[in-house]
Amino acid sequence: MSAEPMAETYIARSTAIAARMLGGEMMIMSAVDSTFFTLNEVATVIWQAADGHTPLSQIVERRVCEEFEIAPDMAQRDAADFVNQLSQHGILLVSDQPIPESKPVAAGKP
Amino acid sequence: MMQSEQPALSHEVAVEIGGLPIVLRTHDSDFQALVERRYAGFVRRQVQPSFAFDIDVVHPEGPVSEEEELRVWKDDGTWRLERGDFRAEWDPLAGQGKILQAVSPYAIDSVLRIVHTLIQAKEGGFLLHGASAIRNRRAFLFSGVSGAGKTTISSLAPKDAVLLTDEISYVRRDGEGYRACGTPFAGELARPGENASAPIECLYFLAKGPENRIAPIEPPEALRMLLRNILFFAEDAELVKMVFRSACEFLGRVPAYRLTFYPDARVWDLIQ
Repeated sequence: MSAEPMAETYIARSTAIAARMLGGEMMIMSAVDSTFFTLNEVATVIWQAADGHTPLSQIVERRVCEEFEIAPDMAQRDAADFVNQLSQHGILLVSDQPIPESKPVAAGKP
Repeated sequence: MMQSEQPALSHEVAVEIGGLPIVLRTHDSDFQALVERRYAGFVRRQVQPSFAFDIDVVHPEGPVSEEEELRVWKDDGTWRLERGDFRAEWDPLAGQGKILQAVSPYAIDSVLRIVHTLIQAKEGGFLLHGASAIRNRRAFLFSGVSGAGKTTISSLAPKDAVLLTDEISYVRRDGEGYRACGTPFAGELARPGENASAPIECLYFLAKGPENRIAPIEPPEALRMLLRNILFFAEDAELVKMVFRSACEFLGRVPAYRLTFYPDARVWDLIQ
């Protein structure tokens, strides 16, 4: 009997946002509900690597753990929380399949 | 058979704010007089208007829209604006709009603010909760939430300062920089600003304190504070992006500081 492999999580930046690096911090505003976020260094790395086809676990392992010397378990947990928070505001798109670049995103309210 | 005819829209007033003349047409002479009084320093004769609105005033005064809260949205290229005391539509491409409103001047004030906000969003400018004044041919912006000191600093302005507004500042792109323009939108001073403009020297975020002090603000904090104070009404994703971009670009070209001030005239020694 073999264990089922864990499902991968893929993340992509929504196009319904405005973002700018300012003073070393990534500032993001949701174009849908005008929610405003400032990302710290680690979150910025994840955000910038959210290309829709690199699994989140790989982003964390190769970018976060190595660059910031954070323990893998903690880094994966923190990344999952961060992704969950941003996806709730439509800022990150999350899927268990690679996300094509042209995937439509939620539009603004009428 | 006789047909009733609506009187011709013979009364026109061109109100020019931020260098953009907007013609307001109405068949209500009382309302025309109200508009001319309210925007006295901003009324222009014989100008080529950028946009025109036909206004119907509802008598007796009562609700015009069922929307209690302001709503601004785009519908097939036409902007629609609604609040309890007005209902308006505006087609930017045609340059035409219509307003149905109560006789209250606050309704036309709001429509004008919103229309200018929408226009400036596309141009890289914005309207800001803040006072502004010209001194030595340069404009200074003073922004902050209610109670931060916009009216106080305006009332302390020396005689050589030209007060552009104590409530709503008008910021427009001007080549590589930005220009502040006077507005008739008055706050607690109940005095419209001067119809003048000047290149913006800097933006101060106000706070009252025991002494006068100017301190730099980190760019992320400045952006947060600026976005909090930019007037923005529309439920439109593209426009949100434009406003965000405008705020970032503004802070890339205009320095922002925190101005803590003790409320007496000496604060203006720092502003020149």
